[in-house]
Amino acid sequence: MSNIFPKSANKLPLQIIIYLGVLVGIATAGVTYYMTPKYTRVGYAPIQPVPFSHAKHVQEVGLDCRYCHSNVDKSGHSNVPTAQTCMNCHSVVKSTSPLLAPVRESYEKGTPVPWVWIHTTPDYAYFNHSIHVNRGISCVECHGKVNEMDTVRHVQPLSMAFCIECHRNPESRLRDPKDVFNLDSKTLAEQGRHQEAQEYLHNWKVKAPESCSGCHR
Amino acid sequence: MAHTVESAAGAPAILREVKPAVLPRAVLVENNRSFSWITNKICGIIEDKTPTWWWVCFVVALFIASFTVGGITYLIFTGVGVWGHANPVNWAWDIVNFVFWIGIGHAGTLISAILCLLRQKWRTSINRAAEAMTIFAVVCAAIFPVFHVGRVWYAWYLFPIPNSNIIWQNFRSPLEWDVFAVSTYGTVSVLFWYIGLLPDLAVLRDRFYNAGNKFRSFLYGFFAMGWRGSNRHWSNYEMAYLILAGISTPLVLSVHTIVSFDFAVSLLPGWHTTIFPPYFVAGAIFSGFGMVLTLMLPLRAIYGLQDLITQYHIDCMCKITLATGTIVGYAYGMEFFIAWYSANPYEGFAFINRAFGHYAWAYWIMISCNVITPQFFWFKKVRENTTFVWVLSIFVNVGMWFERFVIIVTSLARDFLPSSWGYYSPSIVEIFTFFGTFGVFSVLFLLFIRFLPVMPMAELKAVTPQADVHAHDDSAGHGAAKVPQAH
Repeated sequence: MSNIFPKSANKLPLQIIIYLGVLVGIATAGVTYYMTPKYTRVGYAPIQPVPFSHAKHVQEVGLDCRYCHSNVDKSGHSNVPTAQTCMNCHSVVKSTSPLLAPVRESYEKGTPVPWVWIHTTPDYAYFNHSIHVNRGISCVECHGKVNEMDTVRHVQPLSMAFCIECHRNPESRLRDPKDVFNLDSKTLAEQGRHQEAQEYLHNWKVKAPESCSGCHR
Repeated sequence: MAHTVESAAGAPAILREVKPAVLPRAVLVENNRSFSWITNKICGIIEDKTPTWWWVCFVVALFIASFTVGGITYLIFTGVGVWGHANPVNWAWDIVNFVFWIGIGHAGTLISAILCLLRQKWRTSINRAAEAMTIFAVVCAAIFPVFHVGRVWYAWYLFPIPNSNIIWQNFRSPLEWDVFAVSTYGTVSVLFWYIGLLPDLAVLRDRFYNAGNKFRSFLYGFFAMGWRGSNRHWSNYEMAYLILAGISTPLVLSVHTIVSFDFAVSLLPGWHTTIFPPYFVAGAIFSGFGMVLTLMLPLRAIYGLQDLITQYHIDCMCKITLATGTIVGYAYGMEFFIAWYSANPYEGFAFINRAFGHYAWAYWIMISCNVITPQFFWFKKVRENTTFVWVLSIFVNVGMWFERFVIIVTSLARDFLPSSWGYYSPSIVEIFTFFGTFGVFSVLFLLFIRFLPVMPMAELKAVTPQADVHAHDDSAGHGAAKVPQAH
């Protein structure tokens, strides 16, 4: 027979398998870390046209979430307030501040303030804010402690896994209804009120859908 | 054909009184061809200058294949709506074509696995090409389910790979079983084919080396993986081949059984029947042998392989086609019987509608091609007329495509609610995509016959008359002894 290959070629199949294994392993690890929402979305904190501080408005002024996001418990969509809402106070307070110029301009012309959208839901996923806040799921579960943020940043991955983990065990994230808008409150489970959580689950008919069409309608 | 009489000289006396019937066995390599003739013949196909007809066929096949590329590209950029599916027919040509192609592959696995275990030595002449056909058919079949998901870059969701969505496939769905069945089938078929190729690749490596063609010698040598033909190599080879035959044998039955579950496990009249698994397997082998005949007869004629693919081989293939075709015909009849016997009005309607409804034209094409066509193979005169056999094999292919169309589309078009009834017609994109798969298949098959040995040389030599060292050469003229028993 013909002698074409050196003896070292005998090791070639094993070497190819090992190299491929390492390569695929690195690629998988890289994709898992760098290309999932835990990396791509968490920490996103864009500069907004107006440096609005949630911390100041909630902790110092004492506003409730629903003062501005007024339809969050009535509508599937949580609204961003119009300039009218801002001007309720800012026509009097800091009415000449240059930082508020975009708000005044919006109020004058009727064009929206070009806020940068942070928490987006893909168009193939259905999400309803009202059903969540009306069934004891607090804002903080998805948005983090916005009441402490000067600049809003993306805290949770809001990936499909993030949704499903809660939908599979909703009792672990339920809150007393009066605590829903208190972002410093604790869940019933965290307070050790497991029995109550189970009762809420039953009495409020919390049936978090796990079927595909629950969200992909 | 060379038939010989076994010498009764040394037999017990009683046998002379009984006068047992002579049971001649066919010679598998005719004209007493030598080992070197076989090697030269098979390698010659690869070593000779590329024939003009090959280039003509290859360019035509590439052109036809471009229709699939075009159709698929358009689908990716536009969406799965470019196909003609709409309520109520949400499965149509995509699944029809998938089942059609996957069915064709079954002849290859049957030949390589079951016929190997049953020691049907006539398989050696056709197994390589049939296995190649299987792999290429699986490639064509895979196109449809992969692209019918629409966003094809998510097709990996079919496989249970841990993902950041923390969801798993629905393991209770036969569609998921199908993913495993077909991917196992494809993998094992490739392994079987490749293991069988090793000794022949080594032969080509050595011949190109001796001819001074370093490049091709290197390539064949690379894929021959250092085959030296040593005793140990052969011993491992035989064992590996046997194990793979053992693994593939259940696959012959399981793959199309599971494909049939895609339908049978649903509750739709016309799909929800227990006869589906055996009926689908028989149909798959039927269509597969149809395709083997379609491919092997021209190959035999073009390359003058009549001594290796003898009339006996054609007879065998025709008989399997006849047997499986008749089983399929029986299944068609039994479906009607059960529809009547079950006294289920929906089931009864589904079948009456099949034969006499809007798609009756498809049903009767199917019946003519699948039930009537194979019956010609009862006649020896027909089996010996290779042109006629080839034409019949085409009808088998056409008929089996229509069988899947009839099953899938007629059942969906008329479901329980008359308000949702509809009529399905394919879009031009679907037609182009399916038409193009014949080009894809042909391109692959043409490359195969140009660059790889179309028959397993080593195995062929083992079934030549010379390989049987104990044979008596008592039939003068043919020089062929009784059936080779060796190895």
